[in-house]
Amino acid sequence: MALFYQIPKLNYHKPKNLNEALKLLKELGDAKPIAGGTDLMVDMKIGRVKTRNLIDISDLREIRKIEFHKDSIIIGAAVTLQEIINNERIRREIPILVEAAENLGSWQIRNVATIGGNICNASPAADMAPPLLILNSKLKLSSINGDRVIPLEKFFKGPRQTELMVDELLTEIVVPKESCNAGMKFIKIGRRRAHTLSIVAVAVAVRTMEDKIEYVRIALNSIAPTPIRAYKTEEELIGSRVNEVEGKVKKLIEEIKPISDVRASAEYRREMAVKITIDALKMSIENWRCKEK
Amino acid sequence: MKIIRFQLNGKWVEVEIEENMTLLDLLRRKLHITSVKRGCERGECGVCTVLLDDKPVYSCLTPALKAEGRSVITVEYLSKNGKLHPIQEAFIKSGAVQCGFCTPAFILTTYALLKENKNPSEEDIKRFFDGIICRCTGYVKIIEAVKIASELCNQS
Repeated sequence: MALFYQIPKLNYHKPKNLNEALKLLKELGDAKPIAGGTDLMVDMKIGRVKTRNLIDISDLREIRKIEFHKDSIIIGAAVTLQEIINNERIRREIPILVEAAENLGSWQIRNVATIGGNICNASPAADMAPPLLILNSKLKLSSINGDRVIPLEKFFKGPRQTELMVDELLTEIVVPKESCNAGMKFIKIGRRRAHTLSIVAVAVAVRTMEDKIEYVRIALNSIAPTPIRAYKTEEELIGSRVNEVEGKVKKLIEEIKPISDVRASAEYRREMAVKITIDALKMSIENWRCKEK
Repeated sequence: MKIIRFQLNGKWVEVEIEENMTLLDLLRRKLHITSVKRGCERGECGVCTVLLDDKPVYSCLTPALKAEGRSVITVEYLSKNGKLHPIQEAFIKSGAVQCGFCTPAFILTTYALLKENKNPSEEDIKRFFDGIICRCTGYVKIIEAVKIASELCNQS
């Protein structure tokens, strides 16, 4: 009976609706929600996560929707990455989400892994975080006692630590429509192209006016304990001319804290972070110009 | 223990299982379908791939209870009455099988891919195959097999 990995004994709950799921989450106290399970199953196998109860939320209709409203686009937390890739309207209106999703995991992973799971797992290398950060996304956290909405940048507390309370579930990701009106680009560096964790990744959103940067958002992963916005660099860039961006992005080094690990050294990460941020900025500016025409 | 009911290769089956069981263990240990391989067990290598409602997934990362009420397809589904599926013929024809350990996963993924895209380009094939590792590194022949398979499937 020797197996490499064995998940400890547990109870597997399959609530029929969101309300039932939230009630279970409250009652059980130590339960873990499971959607695609592509991170959680590994964590349970290696003992990083221990739980007696799993609540399967992957089929809950309430959190599997994609809605296009006048001011916002709402993506249910249990929408899979492949569904994002296949959604024609997302492809048109928020292509940066498709770019990031296409570079995450493999087809087998993308078929089940969810956008909410990628955020809630709160890996420093979460690939959906940089694009959602530059889109000024908000998260709806629900519990049986009610909902609250917080900006994504307030959600990450540390590696695998989030703002979520034990009885709360991430139910919706809200992307303000006005954030989509920018030139954007996502660049990820990994050890190889397919099915790889990020060594560093960046997402950029830009609007320029008369060759000056009027609006900019920069977010990166894998260079700090959580995915982060590069506020100082953004501030430095506002108002500067488009041909000056290269020098200004040097500031980025002051606000990132990469570590050395199995994927890359801190030095490499630092250098690549600057390099791909410059590249992503230039491409975003180009994308914005095309969009404006 | 829980009783799970699902369609395995087109036939309904009912099995009593532990709630912490993976789909990989349900298939291999309970139902003795050993074409589904145990590889890395953590979603890196792809040899445990099965089709869940026609979509390729890693059975090592899938709780068995997720199969409840759904369809699970393994490579046994493809040949009918002793006659191989065109995809299997294509893999033989191009010599895409070396040690054979990854072959069921690649054949199932080809089956799923050709359902979505009847004429995949080489780029498409590479992209959709990014989740399976061939230990023998025989990717050139595997990609060739998919091209032949798409021709064979389009003819029949």
